Amino acid sequence: MTVTNNARGIADGVALRTPAAVAGRVRGLSDRAVAWLFILPTMLLLLAINIFPLIWAIRLSFTGLMANLPTPAHFVGLDNYVDILTDEDLWANFQITAHFVFWTIALQILIGLGLALLINQKFRGHSFWTTVILLPMMLSPAVVGNFWTLLFQPQIGPFNYLVGFFTGAAPSSFTMIGSVALAPWTIVLVNTWMWTPYVMLICLAGLRSIPDYIYEAAEVDRASPLRQFWSITLPMVLPFLMLAVLFQAIQAFVMFDLVNLLTSGGPGSTTELVSITLKRAAFEKWETGYASALAVILFVTIFGAANIYVKALNRVKQQ
Amino acid sequence: MTAVPSPRPFSEPSPLARWLAGAVVILYAIVTILPLVWIGATAFKSQEDAVAYPPKVFFTPTLEGFVDLFTVQTRQPHDFIAKMPPPQTWYEKITRSRDMVIAGPSRVVERFLNSLIIGFGSMILATFLGTLAAYGFSRFRVPMADDLLFFILSTRMMPPIAVAVPIYIMYRWLGLYDTKIGMILLYTAVNLSLAVWLLKGFIDEIPREYEEAALVDGYTRLQAFRKVVLPQAVTGIAATAIFCLIFSWNEYAFNLLLTSSDAQTMPPFIPFIIGEGGQNWPAVAAGTTLFLLPIVIFTVALRKHLLRGITFGAVRK
Amino acid sequence: MTKALALIGLVAAGLSAAATVDKAQAQAKSLTMCWAAWDPANALVELDKDFTKLSGIEMKHEFVPWTSYADHFINLLNSRSSECDLIIGDSQWIGGAAENKWYVKLNDFFDKNKISMDTFLPATVVGYAEWPKNTPNYWGLPAMADAVGWTYRKDWFAKPELRAEFKAKYNRELEPPKTWDELIEISKFFTGKEIDGKKVYGSYIFTERGSEGITMGATNAMYNYGFDYMDPKQPYHMEGIVNAPGAAKGLDVYKELFKCCQPPGLTNAYMSEGLDAFKSGQVAMQMNWYAFFPGLAKDPNVGGDKIGFFKNPAGPAGDFTQLGGQGLSVVAASKNVDDALLYIKWFAQPEVQQKWTDLGGASASKAVLLSDAYKNSAAYAPSFVESMGMVKDFWAEPLYVPLLLDMQNRVHDYVVADKGTSQKALDELVRDWVKVFKQEGKNPS
Repeated sequence: MTVTNNARGIADGVALRTPAAVAGRVRGLSDRAVAWLFILPTMLLLLAINIFPLIWAIRLSFTGLMANLPTPAHFVGLDNYVDILTDEDLWANFQITAHFVFWTIALQILIGLGLALLINQKFRGHSFWTTVILLPMMLSPAVVGNFWTLLFQPQIGPFNYLVGFFTGAAPSSFTMIGSVALAPWTIVLVNTWMWTPYVMLICLAGLRSIPDYIYEAAEVDRASPLRQFWSITLPMVLPFLMLAVLFQAIQAFVMFDLVNLLTSGGPGSTTELVSITLKRAAFEKWETGYASALAVILFVTIFGAANIYVKALNRVKQQ
Repeated sequence: MTAVPSPRPFSEPSPLARWLAGAVVILYAIVTILPLVWIGATAFKSQEDAVAYPPKVFFTPTLEGFVDLFTVQTRQPHDFIAKMPPPQTWYEKITRSRDMVIAGPSRVVERFLNSLIIGFGSMILATFLGTLAAYGFSRFRVPMADDLLFFILSTRMMPPIAVAVPIYIMYRWLGLYDTKIGMILLYTAVNLSLAVWLLKGFIDEIPREYEEAALVDGYTRLQAFRKVVLPQAVTGIAATAIFCLIFSWNEYAFNLLLTSSDAQTMPPFIPFIIGEGGQNWPAVAAGTTLFLLPIVIFTVALRKHLLRGITFGAVRK
Repeated sequence: MTKALALIGLVAAGLSAAATVDKAQAQAKSLTMCWAAWDPANALVELDKDFTKLSGIEMKHEFVPWTSYADHFINLLNSRSSECDLIIGDSQWIGGAAENKWYVKLNDFFDKNKISMDTFLPATVVGYAEWPKNTPNYWGLPAMADAVGWTYRKDWFAKPELRAEFKAKYNRELEPPKTWDELIEISKFFTGKEIDGKKVYGSYIFTERGSEGITMGATNAMYNYGFDYMDPKQPYHMEGIVNAPGAAKGLDVYKELFKCCQPPGLTNAYMSEGLDAFKSGQVAMQMNWYAFFPGLAKDPNVGGDKIGFFKNPAGPAGDFTQLGGQGLSVVAASKNVDDALLYIKWFAQPEVQQKWTDLGGASASKAVLLSDAYKNSAAYAPSFVESMGMVKDFWAEPLYVPLLLDMQNRVHDYVVADKGTSQKALDELVRDWVKVFKQEGKNPS
């Protein structure tokens, strides 16, 4: 019943949009068929590979399954969730993750938007240098995490020597990855280095989409450059910026490879993001039920936050 | 009214502003590239130079790292090497000079090929399906469109590690574990969310009048799509393709957990290239550099499309 | 008509050709040997050429780096894959392998082929083959004997100015340490000195967080100050044993050595970083596995006369060293179990064991290790034989991974991240371990 209603809905919708003169002339596959044909494969693939495992993971989260033991799953109700919500260490990991996400997004917005504004000035050679700036984002996060350990090595890596050159501090007097104070900032630094080009690119797309005549009109009204920035540039770039932030925030929240290869969550657990805890629970301790519950909690958190965010984004887009 | 010099139009920055902007951007570009330059240089260092203390900026380049990357070697005592036939090729000469003997090829070429097949395969599939779906959402009134689009986005919100266990079990059952086609399907599914969102944005920008004119002229919807919309969406498709490729090319977690040898790609392999008991930095750097090349080539080749796709929105009625 | 006949004829010819090729391929046998990717593995490749010559069976090798060795192969064994026929699995996997039937039990095979476990060092039999421990149930053949040992810069220790300075300060000769107190004294002595134009540090110890590094290092101190895993008379009773005051002192000693004398930046370092640090002249002494010592002895920069070796120093409560090493097992899910057993029979022969050690492996056979020839064969040989007689291993329970991860967490938090005290760290560890054992169904306390 619903299928035919939906199909009728689509057909009606299409009929409404196609002028009467055209409707009679349409040959070949009907629009309804085309719509379904185009959307269905995507939905099916996503259902199979995304939804099905999600439901399975939810089911697993209510069991005490340990995937490396032959014993079958047994129902434990909400035990896993209670364990997670009362675990202090895990709460600390969430805080570490929040710190990481907040700061890397803040820096990416500042630097990315700034770069986009500067590149938009269209100085000579700007397209070449833009491509150069894109390079870090084209690497594998795992490989990046790995080779930055060499760069950060106080004795054999160049980073400390460079900092020492500019600040006079001895290269071996501090360690980026190994100190409790610096390690959380180190992961922010490397992640920002890697992903700022992404934000820059999308902001650039936003800036280029602002038609010149709007600025010209502002000129006529004798608006100052700062005023133009506030009331024209920023609002029109905002939807693009928000989209970039959305993707980057989700990505930072579930970031695993870069940090795991850079610090292994150390020293101690000072950079142990929730995703690392999750990997250890799922694939080292094989506490499949517990790990699934943690994954569900993570998913619900991101889903809820993204929901609110996307509604705000849509509202901004409509302005 | 006193003569007020007309303010410089905002859309045409002063030469000074332009020069300053350029300087800052170029400075940032250079600083941000330095780590990559260091890694590229390390690829051509000898083992000792790579871990020299303090770090060496000037060094004699050698191809040791690349040889180590492509071969498996064992260290042998002098007398054993003296008894062996003299080295035939340039790479054997390099290895023998370090008292090592080549025991066979490493598996890096297989992994590189896997990366090519899986990376480009999933990019093509995701871009293709994404374009279709984006067109569908853009042009037709699909019921629950907003919800469906959000559902597509939400597939990105689950940490890969978390879905890895159910997918692992599912893939084993379906016989897709450690297969290239399994990885291609998985990466396509993950890429689709970004692809659909990006492409819908691009296709929304294309005015509907063109298609409607085509329909009036007697084209079917499919023909209108192929002949009218696609050519105008090429730049957007190119941009989306680049992002999809970057993800599939560089993905690590799923590949580590869902493959063992047949379908393993480069990212799980590179950070763990082991020399004599320890990480072989020149070989790791060589692998990183080589692995970066195809993606850089692809992006530079599509650069004009990428930048034009970004400026596309500026062309408005 | 003729076209169709020709086509059928072609197809038939093609099919029969394919069939003969298939048959030929079926006769070309091969075995896949799985291990970790390190020096000794390369030696194994060389050794296996002999087996291929003798039996005609091709040996394929699948080596995985240490950092993903456990993850990768436990995954493989768990899913009953037949990718590996033979596996040299870590000593810690024995419990899980036995209880989940990942390996083929070898008792009958050993009896039939007169392979006696008495020909191997007892510690290696218990460590690499037995489950439950100390019972004659064998799941592997001891293949790679290994333990934690130390290397030192003999050339630095021989410098007259340094010897004089040391003697003046500590009133004894500058010699390799015999106790942990001496080890710390010597490390502090070297830390900060300028040798060959560079600032050097006293010692390198394991600090790796992700897999097993810092645990495999810290136990070398803790064992010798009073740490043990459980009460020998009361299985899984850990309270008061794991967190005994002596154990806490041992952990403090390890931390002291880390804080005073570890080169900067090595806060997440295991085997390879140690080798790099030693080879590049950053440290006077290095803790590492004996498996690497043959390679170090041959190193052009620090090998030969410049390098010396000593066994893990003793403490007030004991003289132990951490056991490493692996046993060779047959994967139960393999499709070539008989051929695999043939390999084991070949590998167990004394001549092969001897050649294994000669090529760079480390046989656990008494005949090889306890011979005079071996003692004189290399500078590290005497201390290696001694070390293999004083080894102690980590838990080999089926659930050893959470036990290991918990200890990694608590030890790294205390030693590197300065969290709390050693006593508190061990108290929490007991709580962690009790939780894990409860999951296993044991009765812990």
